[in-house]
Amino acid sequence: MQERDVQVFVEGTRSYFKEITGVAPDIGLPYIKGNEEAILDYTGAIGISGERKGCVYFSTNRAMLAEMVKIVAGTDDDSEESLRDMAGEIANTISGNARRSFGSNFMISVPIVIVGSPTIDLPTRIPTYVIPLTWQGQKSYIVVGIE
Amino acid sequence: MKLLIVDDSSIIRKAITRYLNEYGLEIVGEAGDGVQALELMRAHQPDVVTLDITMPEMDGLTCLDEMLKIDPKIRVIIISALSDQATALKALKAGAKGFLGKPFTEDKIKEAFDRVVKNEGA
Repeated sequence: MQERDVQVFVEGTRSYFKEITGVAPDIGLPYIKGNEEAILDYTGAIGISGERKGCVYFSTNRAMLAEMVKIVAGTDDDSEESLRDMAGEIANTISGNARRSFGSNFMISVPIVIVGSPTIDLPTRIPTYVIPLTWQGQKSYIVVGIE
Repeated sequence: MKLLIVDDSSIIRKAITRYLNEYGLEIVGEAGDGVQALELMRAHQPDVVTLDITMPEMDGLTCLDEMLKIDPKIRVIIISALSDQATALKALKAGAKGFLGKPFTEDKIKEAFDRVVKNEGA
């Protein structure tokens, strides 16, 4: 995975939030993940297969997802089901949009949503990049580990 | 006009319902996967379907093929995060009447819907 590949996810994330909410996130400097965890309350994870293989996940907190549900669905529904759904949909959309850059052999799985802070197995043979972002004061991470 | 909404995200199904509310459509069902969508289609004979691609059980493009076998005149609008040109062309070639990439806004879904409905008489 090269720096320009990371930039696809930086731009995709920026564009996602700007399009949906009208407010672009502040995106921090991406870094290569070490032993530290980059995981918050809710994580939507997407498996990547085809020409590229690996995993992309979006991790954030409850308040951020509740605000996104309000904007997208137009409801104050902060049920567990809705928050999980939103986390999965954000991961799905950012990963799916990456196909515009990586081509149609960049295959994405349906999202798997994880609640809490378990360890997520990421490819170890390749560097995994963490893209930190803050939207409306809420911190999130996009984590990308693809061959 | 009868509408069937197919997406594995309930949040997206709610967004589509909300954005298309003013059209006075009869929403005959919501499905979270392609298999459920076909069951609802057989039961309710919708005129228009919004259809996601990446879903469990049966993906949207397979579902599109099956829907067209059941009703060749069904008008399907694909709404997917797989918004690359090749996927859009594949969907349109397979018989979808419209394609909208996610994320979408209210204006964009209305434009896509108008385009498909206005082509109805063409």
